[in-house]
Amino acid sequence: MSALLVIDRLRVRYDTRDVLRALTLQVARGELVALMGPSGVGKTTALRAVAALQAFDEGQIVVDGFALAPGAVPPESRLVPLRRRVGLVFQAHALFEHLTALDNITLPLRHVLGKSRLEAETIATTLLSELDVGTRAGAWPRQLSGGEAQRVAIARALAPDPALLLMDEPTAALDPARRSALGTTLRGLRAQGRGLLVATHDAEFARAHADRVVTL
Amino acid sequence: MIGPCTLAVTGLTLCLSTSLAAQNPRRASRDLVWGGDAEGGAPFVEADPADPSKVRGFDVEGAERIARGLGSGRSARFLQVQWSNIDQSVERGDFVIGLSGVEETPARRARHAVTLPYFEFREVLAVRPEDAARIHSLADLRGRRVATLGATIAYELLSNARDSTGLLPISYDDDVHPYGDLVTGRVDAVLLDHIIAQRALRRRGGSGFVILDQPVAVGHYVGVLAHANTALRDSVDAVLREAMRDGSLEQIFRRWNVWDPTQGALFDRVLHTADGAAGAARQARTVQAVAYLPSLARAAAVTLLVSVLSLALAVFVGLALASGRLYAPAWLRILTTVYIEVIRGTPLLLQLFVIYYGLSGVVRLPAFLAAVLALGLNYAAYEAEIYRGALEAVPRIQLEAARTLGLSEMQILRLVRGPQALRYALAPMTNDFVALLKDSALVSVITVVELTKQTAIYATNVGSWVVPGALCALVYLAMSLPLSRLARRLERRWRVP
Repeated sequence: MSALLVIDRLRVRYDTRDVLRALTLQVARGELVALMGPSGVGKTTALRAVAALQAFDEGQIVVDGFALAPGAVPPESRLVPLRRRVGLVFQAHALFEHLTALDNITLPLRHVLGKSRLEAETIATTLLSELDVGTRAGAWPRQLSGGEAQRVAIARALAPDPALLLMDEPTAALDPARRSALGTTLRGLRAQGRGLLVATHDAEFARAHADRVVTL
Repeated sequence: MIGPCTLAVTGLTLCLSTSLAAQNPRRASRDLVWGGDAEGGAPFVEADPADPSKVRGFDVEGAERIARGLGSGRSARFLQVQWSNIDQSVERGDFVIGLSGVEETPARRARHAVTLPYFEFREVLAVRPEDAARIHSLADLRGRRVATLGATIAYELLSNARDSTGLLPISYDDDVHPYGDLVTGRVDAVLLDHIIAQRALRRRGGSGFVILDQPVAVGHYVGVLAHANTALRDSVDAVLREAMRDGSLEQIFRRWNVWDPTQGALFDRVLHTADGAAGAARQARTVQAVAYLPSLARAAAVTLLVSVLSLALAVFVGLALASGRLYAPAWLRILTTVYIEVIRGTPLLLQLFVIYYGLSGVVRLPAFLAAVLALGLNYAAYEAEIYRGALEAVPRIQLEAARTLGLSEMQILRLVRGPQALRYALAPMTNDFVALLKDSALVSVITVVELTKQTAIYATNVGSWVVPGALCALVYLAMSLPLSRLARRLERRWRVP
């Protein structure tokens, strides 16, 4: 099975300090890899480097054939293929505060994928329903609970239909019931053939849902 | 021992008491403190070229003659006051008598103690030489722009003629620029006192425009004293009569080349009329507030139009500048920063003058356009900083989220950063727009008659600021309050619950 994501000897330095040194991992389609380790060990940095939000100093990242090289982050115009392949769910969700849950999802559908409003709303509504937040389509981000906001954020990240989904500390703000529901959601995503790289320090969650654990 | 602190305090006290004495005529009772505007220039009052700390002119010598005539070894002491504020200042007690080509009007007679007329002037039209054959009176100026000094009899004549003949009165704050603008074609005629017209012609070496022989009206210069000061006014009248009789006033006028036979005729009339020749004029008519309402409404419309257009320009240019500061290459960032600092660091008044008069050699902008440009470009600098601050206040994670979804930088600005920044910018923007509405009053210095200027004209004519001031304030509030309400409503609507 060919790897969807290959991280090879990734090194990231802040000033003179190594945040990541020679991180190597692979994520296959339909596989959930948990990236574990205590706070400050570079889990978020690794995800940001894969999403091209963060420059790296050495190594290589290849997402479904699209390679990122060390050095400054390329301009957005050259990242279009990567953006179609990778979705990122931030720890703080980062939903657009000025848009409703539905419009958070239709935004990339309409303005990046060029879908009509009707088409975009149909897709967004389906995504929200699949993630069990269909009734919250008209809500503003601040009206959503932590779990709801996370599922809307997942729906938004999935809107461009990326093969690889990155998640940063998805269980941090969830109660046990919600954590279990999240596990179910992620299983569904794997079943669709997506690869997942999940940064977490929640060992129990990793044990229950990850195919593999990479410890930093 | 006297410490440096004590010395400083004593020095400050001395300075203060000296300047207070200059401001307060009661503190220096031996001097006749008189007010005039040296900006008006010769032959009325001007700074003496030989010693600019002194003034000279026929009004200066007239004041000295009056002081001498009042006896008790009095001498005249000059206090500079803006010409349009002479009436208000004399009532405040800043000086005893105002003399600076002050015109005799019924309203002034009704509100203040006014001396008998001491000089007769003619309101004369000045036109470009090529128009002299066609223009003979105000009636020939239909649809033409006619300049004059604001808040004068000439301005009132033009205002009345606007309705009867359809000319366009243009008000200036000084009596030099109207003639400059006549020569360059910005206005088609100037109506002002013959002394001022002749002086302007002399300054231009006798060319550039011609003065029509036939006067449009005749008026008189008077001294103005506080309403309660009638006893002193009567004494001044007695001195003026004496000066007319003994030829000293004639000598003064001859020295300043303003004597002509009409002055002799005026003196005769004054000396042979028991009550001081102003009988007819003293029948002061009450200036009806209602009569000013149409011109106030017109001026309010000008204020609103100037403000709205400047505001649109300020928002547009401000957005461009803010984007420039955040997104443009380094050289453009430097340029936008320089623009913002220069505009914010210099007075709006100066910018108005530069755009209207300074650039007139290169491009002769109509006054209204110059006003909108100056106000709009000035406020754009302030808006730019508000927008920049607001754009920078949008959390970075929101921009990163947009980036991971594949939006381009332009789309992020338009769809995410801009709309979120607008909420942060709304309150300071409203503040700025209300300020702009009020700053639009400054454009009157380049001849645009807006609400405040029209109110000042109205106030001068009725001799009081109470009713005109209150009316003006109400109109400004009527324009600014809805703006604040709208902003509050938008803030409420956009506030994320």
